[in-house]
Amino acid sequence: MSSSKVIHAFYNDDEVLLDAVKTVKAAHHHIEEVFCPFPVHGLDKAMGLAPTRIAITAFMYGITGLSVAIWMTNYMMIQDWPQDIGGKPSFSWFENMPAFVPIMFELTVFFAAHLMVITFYMRSKIWPFRKAENPDPRTTDDHFLMEIPVHNNEEELTALLAKTGAVEINVVEKH
Amino acid sequence: MYQFSGKLKILSIVLIIIGALGIGFSFFSAPKTVQESKEMIAAKASHGDAHGSEHATANNHDAHHDAAHDEHVFHQMQNKPWSALYVSLIFFLGISLLVLAFYAAQRVAQSGWSVVLFRVMEAITANLVPTSIIMLLVILSASVLHWNHLFSWMAEGTFDPTSEKYDAIVDGKSWWMNTTGWTIRGIIYLVLWNVYRFFIRKNSIAEDTANDGNKTYKKNYHASVIFLVIFMLTESMMSWDWIMGLDPHWFSTLFGWYVLASLLVSALTVIAFVTIYLRSKGALPSVNDSHIHDLAKFMFGFSVFWTYLWFSQFMLIWYADIPEETTYFVARFNEYKLPFLSMVVMNFVFPILLLINSDFKSIPWFVVMGGIVILAGHYVDFYIMIMPATVGDQWSFGIPELSSLLFFLGIFIYTVFSAFAKANPIPTGNPFLQESEHFHYFNIEHRGESSDNHHH
Repeated sequence: MSSSKVIHAFYNDDEVLLDAVKTVKAAHHHIEEVFCPFPVHGLDKAMGLAPTRIAITAFMYGITGLSVAIWMTNYMMIQDWPQDIGGKPSFSWFENMPAFVPIMFELTVFFAAHLMVITFYMRSKIWPFRKAENPDPRTTDDHFLMEIPVHNNEEELTALLAKTGAVEINVVEKH
Repeated sequence: MYQFSGKLKILSIVLIIIGALGIGFSFFSAPKTVQESKEMIAAKASHGDAHGSEHATANNHDAHHDAAHDEHVFHQMQNKPWSALYVSLIFFLGISLLVLAFYAAQRVAQSGWSVVLFRVMEAITANLVPTSIIMLLVILSASVLHWNHLFSWMAEGTFDPTSEKYDAIVDGKSWWMNTTGWTIRGIIYLVLWNVYRFFIRKNSIAEDTANDGNKTYKKNYHASVIFLVIFMLTESMMSWDWIMGLDPHWFSTLFGWYVLASLLVSALTVIAFVTIYLRSKGALPSVNDSHIHDLAKFMFGFSVFWTYLWFSQFMLIWYADIPEETTYFVARFNEYKLPFLSMVVMNFVFPILLLINSDFKSIPWFVVMGGIVILAGHYVDFYIMIMPATVGDQWSFGIPELSSLLFFLGIFIYTVFSAFAKANPIPTGNPFLQESEHFHYFNIEHRGESSDNHHH
């Protein structure tokens, strides 16, 4: 991108913001980012964001956890040292399987939950001591902010955004 | 208004007739004497049936044991047509009952999504009436008329210390397990359920035109709260009396819940089926994919819940391996291995893989496919609860079982769709109707249903 200028349009109502997003999309402008103090239902759809695939990763992590549990119980209890513990049949994994189900279940959930959360952190680039990227502190409290890159069309964009009910429009240099 | 089509009516009557003929045939062909049952076993053995020949060779010890064994097998074979009827009866009666309970729960929870499905659920509960009447007849024929041996503890001499058939263990439970108490309790359960159904159906229709500041609605709310309390008590006791009572030496504390879970997931599947069918006929204009999605979510969730209870019951008994409890599963695992194991696949593995995907849950044919397996699985579940106690290793799935299924399916179709045709398919007086009509699950949007009415 040659230009590093962006427009920050502020809104103070999520319904107004949603309509504004639709208007800007209808005028074929790219919306770089929208900052909200809380989740706005339907915003992702209005912006045309692709659906998340995090549930699919969780499913695969769950299968991984299940496999780990099966391998672990089989190796420890059946292969490595098949003792007679209270008469439990340790001749084969299937014979003693009911006793392993609680750990299989828990490890499935453990892997699915934790790895999914870590995936979320990585994909969202969230970690301790990460520098907050708030363009304006009001967006964490009561304002919504739409960021649109400017390509020599500052006037046109400002006029469009003014019509959408923005309470404040700033053109800022992004570094 | 929905019109109960002639085609469907004829289908239901045909099913009832075929079913009734099959049931009649199975009663007719059951052995009448010990001699007859021996001949039937011998005929089966001569066809190379490993099952029968095993018996013929294993029991040549002494004459007395042989005679006792023959009588045992005779009773099992006599029980077959009764058990086939009983499994289907409990299955259909229980499903209708659980639809009623789910419906009451939706009222009590003041749920916003399910109001457009209320008339569907009410229509399904219409099946409670005929199944209750048949259940009443079966109760009376077992306890008062002694026409069958489904409940071994009802046999003469069980509570008589001087008798050869005296059973001290069952005698110790006679404060609960006695024919008089059992019969009266059974009648009380049936009456209580039907009274609520009659009341709520009438008052739900009254709600449509009441216009009385939600007075009728509140009355229905209170009635449903009371019913749910009564239901939880009667459902537990029903499962002890009618199912666990078949194995009088065995007991399990979570059995009532287990039966509840099995019936609840079947009930939700049946609601989904009837809804999908009626919607395809254009009778439910305000039902959208989101409603189907929620039903499928319930089917998924309660399939897992069933598995949880099934496994909890099995694993606790397997782990401790106390003989008096373990026999229950030994009998089932040894003689019913295939249905016992395939049931877990049908009721757990299949639904969990099929219905875990959010997109799949809103595709009607996917829900139907998953639902058929779930319903078949839970029929097998009841089969395995009941059959080992009544027919033991003489089980099979043939004319008696199939015709009972068809018979009750016919009654189900007839009562449900004629009840649905009798009332406005939209409960217009319900204060949550509008919310239900606009109900929308967030990620169904891309499948052609707009959510534009959602924000304003």
